[in-house]
Amino acid sequence: MKIVVTVKQVPDPNGQHRLDADDTIARDGEVVLDPGDECGIEVGLQLKEAHGGEVVLVSMGPERSREAIRRGLSMGADRGLLITSDELSGADALLTATALATAIQPEEPDLVISATESYDGSTGMVPPMLAELLGVPQLTFATKVEVDGETVTVHRQTEGGYQVVEAHGPSLVTVTAGIAEPRYASLKGIMAARSKEVKVLSFEDLGLDSSEPVETVESIEPAEEREAGEVIEDDGNSAVERIMETLQAARVI
Amino acid sequence: MATIWTYAELDSGALAPISLELLACARSMGEVTSIALGPGAGEAAASLGRHGAGRVLLSEDGVYAEYLAEPATDALAALVEKEKPDVLLFGFTPDSREVAGRLAARLGVGLISNALSVELSGDEVRAKVPYFGGAQVATFRANRRPAIILVRPKSYEAEEVGGEAGREPVEVTIGEGSTRARIIETKVEAGEQIKLEDAPVVVSGGRGLGGPENFHLVEELAEALGGASGASRAIVDAGWVPYAMQVGQTGKTVRPGVYIAAGISGAMQHTVGMKSSKLIISINKDAEAPIHKISDLGVVGDALTILPKLTAAVRARTGK
Repeated sequence: MKIVVTVKQVPDPNGQHRLDADDTIARDGEVVLDPGDECGIEVGLQLKEAHGGEVVLVSMGPERSREAIRRGLSMGADRGLLITSDELSGADALLTATALATAIQPEEPDLVISATESYDGSTGMVPPMLAELLGVPQLTFATKVEVDGETVTVHRQTEGGYQVVEAHGPSLVTVTAGIAEPRYASLKGIMAARSKEVKVLSFEDLGLDSSEPVETVESIEPAEEREAGEVIEDDGNSAVERIMETLQAARVI
Repeated sequence: MATIWTYAELDSGALAPISLELLACARSMGEVTSIALGPGAGEAAASLGRHGAGRVLLSEDGVYAEYLAEPATDALAALVEKEKPDVLLFGFTPDSREVAGRLAARLGVGLISNALSVELSGDEVRAKVPYFGGAQVATFRANRRPAIILVRPKSYEAEEVGGEAGREPVEVTIGEGSTRARIIETKVEAGEQIKLEDAPVVVSGGRGLGGPENFHLVEELAEALGGASGASRAIVDAGWVPYAMQVGQTGKTVRPGVYIAAGISGAMQHTVGMKSSKLIISINKDAEAPIHKISDLGVVGDALTILPKLTAAVRARTGK
């Protein structure tokens, strides 16, 4: 089976970040392959191991996103596609989904795997858009994925448990972070990744036009902050006493 | 007058709370129509009317509950095509965002997600959205119609204003091509915990607890206080507790009377879901942890030693 995994380079969740002068998130700080995407790659690799086939990574971002693809190739994915363009900065979800769909379409994948949401944006809007543009059903919030012939079955996490959801034929699956423990890249994997193909595609190559954005950022202001209250050191007992006083004052006990 | 539509989300036949909050947002902007699809739509229509919908387009067809996203997308696309509303509001919830995403892509109009507020002035539609993890707020203008906007839960308060909605059936043929992602069965695992969003007190735990084996300390305090327990994304991702307990941008938004954060550093991803709590108490070993900067009472100390003592003190006081 042919499996496409969408991947994204994001600011390191453990790092310090700042905004650029144009209020977009600065990408020159520490960046990593999105931890959620590592889980997606792991699921793709496990399916390939069980059913044979190929795992292709697709990313959209600045040239340095190549490092994120390279990391996935070190884990064992077969090759990569990188959509990059000068016009990407501040691309909205629809433009991102359109670019990904245009690059993925010719691959005719059996399965597309995305993380439920990215670590930085955390809005999860690209996957359903991508599924729609590819003309495939979406099986979402998967905590488990199984493929049997043409049938894809997932456990879809819900508020109070899960649903078993099934589709036949090409599908898009979004996976949760807990679905699988991503493997470490072995030294052999890292060496092998160096010779794997990463094809670069521009907006021009894909015939995309980004001149009419569907939304415009008009202004950015600091959010209203809560005022900091009192900070105390716990010396063994006083902290519990102070918390009790606070809870009583709030009339919850 | 502008025409404002809201998507009423039905969960196992019951109206999701966000659906009524959306009406509080929509009412001030124009004439409101709600779309309710699936079993329970008829009953939902009465409640939608009382909360300000002038009209409800509804269908009780089981197809909307049996398949994910696509049948609802088909119906909405057909209705939008026919009536061309100015604004279409969805809740920023897992189920609604899947429908909204497909619809926005099909119509080629895009969307604005995670909105804290929506504003219509003249024929311009704007939404305020948390930016850079919530440290800032961006104002977005929607350039196409309908303007599809997903509103964060608890950004507006549902309010009964009286009234009865006119009802019109949705008559759309759902294509075979849209009955693909089928829900085979639904399993319920959750216990009898008080709903996180409704709890008067929420106690949440994070990485500072050291490991999943210590999470019971959070649950015991929550129980002693008659509240619910929550979690940071970090420990949900690490598999310590289920996603249903996640508080934050992509989890639940809570506004309890008292929020106690134990061993949580206070990343924006988390605080955006709890910073509107009336009173915040944080317990974290790190004096520099960002959570202390938004707390009413910040305790620099080890949650593992403080939580059991606190639980014992609460139990002694309340006699439970």
